[in-house]
Amino acid sequence: MDRQPIGLYLHIPFCRRGKCPYCDFYSLPFGEDLADAYTAALIEAMATQPFGPMQADTVYFGGGTPSLLGARRLDALLEAAARFFALPRDCEVTLEANPESVTPELLQSLRRSGFTRVSVGVQSGVDSELAALGRPHTARQARQAIEWAYQAGFAHISADLMLAIPGQGEESLRQSVSFLTGLPVDHISAYLLKIEEGTSFAQRRRDLSLPDEDASADLYLLGSRLLEEAGFPRYEISNFAKPGGQCRHNLKYWRCQPYLGLGPAAHSYLPQGDGTKGRRYAFPRDLQAFLTADNPYDLLEDQGEGGGWEERLMLALRLEEGFDVKTLPDPSARNALLCKAKELATRNLCHIRGEVISLTGEGMLLSNSVTVALLEALESGFEDYR
Amino acid sequence: MAYYENIRNFCIIAHIDHGKSTLADRLLERTEAVSQREMESQLLDNMDIERERGITIKARAVRLNYRAKDEQTYIFNLIDTPGHVDFNYEVSRSLAACEGAILVVDASQGVEAQTLANTYLAIDHGLEVVPVINKIDLPAADPERVAHEVEDIIGIPCLDAPRISAKQGINIEEVLERIVTDIPAPKADPDAPLRALIFDSYYDSYKGVIVYIRVLEGTLKVNMPIRMMGTGAEFEVVEVGTMGATRLNPCEELRAGEVGYFTASIKNVKDTQVGDTVTGMERPAAEPLPGYRKAMPMVFCGIYPQDGAKYPDLRDALEKLQLNDASLSFEPETSVALGFGFRCGFLGLLHLEVILERLEREFSLDLITTTPSVIYKFELTNGKTVEVDNPTNYPDPSTIQCAYEPFVNANIMTPAEFIGSIMELCQQRRGVYLDTKYLDTDRVELRYKLPLAEIIYDFFDALKSRTKGYASFDYELSEYRESKLTKLDILLNGEMVDALSFIVHADSAYTRGRKLVEKLKEHIPRQMFEIPIQAAIGGRIIARETVKALRKDVLAKCYGGDITRKKKLLEKQKEGKKKMRQLGSVEVPQEAFTAVLKLDD
Repeated sequence: MDRQPIGLYLHIPFCRRGKCPYCDFYSLPFGEDLADAYTAALIEAMATQPFGPMQADTVYFGGGTPSLLGARRLDALLEAAARFFALPRDCEVTLEANPESVTPELLQSLRRSGFTRVSVGVQSGVDSELAALGRPHTARQARQAIEWAYQAGFAHISADLMLAIPGQGEESLRQSVSFLTGLPVDHISAYLLKIEEGTSFAQRRRDLSLPDEDASADLYLLGSRLLEEAGFPRYEISNFAKPGGQCRHNLKYWRCQPYLGLGPAAHSYLPQGDGTKGRRYAFPRDLQAFLTADNPYDLLEDQGEGGGWEERLMLALRLEEGFDVKTLPDPSARNALLCKAKELATRNLCHIRGEVISLTGEGMLLSNSVTVALLEALESGFEDYR
Repeated sequence: MAYYENIRNFCIIAHIDHGKSTLADRLLERTEAVSQREMESQLLDNMDIERERGITIKARAVRLNYRAKDEQTYIFNLIDTPGHVDFNYEVSRSLAACEGAILVVDASQGVEAQTLANTYLAIDHGLEVVPVINKIDLPAADPERVAHEVEDIIGIPCLDAPRISAKQGINIEEVLERIVTDIPAPKADPDAPLRALIFDSYYDSYKGVIVYIRVLEGTLKVNMPIRMMGTGAEFEVVEVGTMGATRLNPCEELRAGEVGYFTASIKNVKDTQVGDTVTGMERPAAEPLPGYRKAMPMVFCGIYPQDGAKYPDLRDALEKLQLNDASLSFEPETSVALGFGFRCGFLGLLHLEVILERLEREFSLDLITTTPSVIYKFELTNGKTVEVDNPTNYPDPSTIQCAYEPFVNANIMTPAEFIGSIMELCQQRRGVYLDTKYLDTDRVELRYKLPLAEIIYDFFDALKSRTKGYASFDYELSEYRESKLTKLDILLNGEMVDALSFIVHADSAYTRGRKLVEKLKEHIPRQMFEIPIQAAIGGRIIARETVKALRKDVLAKCYGGDITRKKKLLEKQKEGKKKMRQLGSVEVPQEAFTAVLKLDD
């Protein structure tokens, strides 16, 4: 049986110092010995994955700050990935990096060993905003890092941009967008800051001079428009790319295609049977457990069945390409969904092209509410069918 | 000596919290009607809600045997009375079954409106009133002052009244002796045609309706064919008996002067209305006992299940409650906004609240209720008169010749310092001032005519908060008066929500409308689009608020393939939506309906 190639995700749960004050991803302070032990554990995990033979056509090093691992460990990991997952020649290999943790040498070496894409955590082109975010780099350092990556031969470079951050206004957002689009990048992730419980930002929420709901929404719409005008159309709620610059790995998440995530807090979706459905798994947020387990797959938490219609709809609506209603098997569900979508379209929350539903910018801003409305329609449609 | 000379039929009158139930408990204990072990605190109040609120909602009765100091054994029939204005009629029927009443007055708080109203009711029924001053153990107790107050205000001798503490069990013997010496024995003729007064009844799933009666004349026997003179219903008696503290004690017959119960395979309490007269079919009485009237609901509202699928459950629950409560009425109604539900009638707001609480608590139903309404009367241009208790049936304004609304006579008793504040409140509620009576130097009785509609919302709460809880309040329906009425509609996103409409006096329509839309704005969350909330009279908008559209509701990051967070979030949102009512395109949380019922001043 010809199995669909998967995306391989390797979580690198280390950051240089304390975490950024808004971040709730799983990461711990970096240490050389710890990094060695972890690299070995990841390679072991690749070698012993229990899901049968797999081929991957994308690899994504996410974090944390994967660039902290250094060329030697990263090369070893990629080499293991190539060995155990039969990476093809055109494999997309992405590394997340922070401006302060890269050097021209590191980037050149990674490019040579097969990395194809760098995603740089720029976040803003305005130094005062970077300081407010607690980032340890300036806009200049960020520019430098991206230029180094370009010079090292990376054709695909992505930059992160945060929206609705403390102190941000229309003017400073314009500044950040023109800063980023002036760099040799083909992809920009622009995401609204969400204050996560348990972060240092959450504790200081009141002192942060955050834009209110309306201002945040306006910043998102402005950012989307400016990026579009600069040649970076939106392809997902928070992702914008030049033609050909879309991240193939991340698209797998939203298109309900298979991926295997290794490392603490990493998630997987693996198809079962004929591949229309699958199961979702996650490793616990516990580096020590991952390092010390006899078999890290014993730790894997089964998160249940995935790939159902509700899930597909929810994920597809994040994408500009939207959800094709024709893929639904039963007519009453199709009708119910289109009917609801028409109602939402009158409020400019979604488009319907042929039988494809996709969200407008306003709709993306309300994607939770809109998705829930469409999910309810879908459910009632299925009920009628039964 | 005739059998009835050792019988004493009496009730206890008291203001809420003055200790009626505690005294009843003590009497039960001292007469050994119930052992200490069986003594669940406050036996007479045997509904949960009664016990929690410290009020007696439905009357119950118990028979006690007391060996008095004169070495004779007396039969005491203690008939408990409900203590709230909503149940005035039931109180009067319980009083009619007695020869005497023990008046319990709190040694620190003195006479309250409720006490006064029920005492007058007792005196009107020719009852011998025996005052008792309770709670003498409290530091603030001033029995002398209170005794004088009772003499001055009510005009009955009180200086030698027993000073007791029901809680501590102090001087309870004295009360028992007073019952023997001061309350007269019934006058009775057991050979006359039967006339027995129904003062309570309840449904038992084994025996059918158990009817509590006081036999005034004649004798009620097992197997006797009987007729209810008011409703005309006919039955054959299956069982008669007396009420023990913890069980019913069947016997052969109940003679004039006695209090007891009977069963007759009766399926519905509607056939055993409180106040009706039971007579024998073979030798019927010529006249029924005076004072019977059919239970008349005065306050109406729509009750809807939160989950439409629970409609049959709600119907079953209402039917079960009605088995024991002839004054609860209901009929199916449909609301565009709320779906299928029932239009329910109650004696008053407390009765409404008790029923709602029982539906939610005993039957685990989540309910939505509409604004309570009274019965309005409209004289139409075609000469007909219609009664309207539901805003949906409000007549076409062009056909209304004249509108009428019910008024009550209200007595408010208060410390003098709050007169101004209370007058202001009554003014706001369109009250018509009648008079002020100084009961003593500090206590005042204010009398007002008030529209019933104005007191069914939150009048009692407003009164309490303006008087730090010191004022007490009592009312009785007086008459219908001409009134300027209008129907206020609420529109959400341009669509009328029938469940939020209500009938209101034209002068307060604007203020009410204003407050209502403000309240709704507070309770309706921002949604995917802007929601205008409007109050309208006829086609004219008189108030408007806007719930701004939600702008941002998005999980921006969905990286690393972790979609479980997003799934959970959406699940939660879906659950949250299920708790809301879809009114047209707008989702309205349950709290919004409750909030508009409490438009605080």
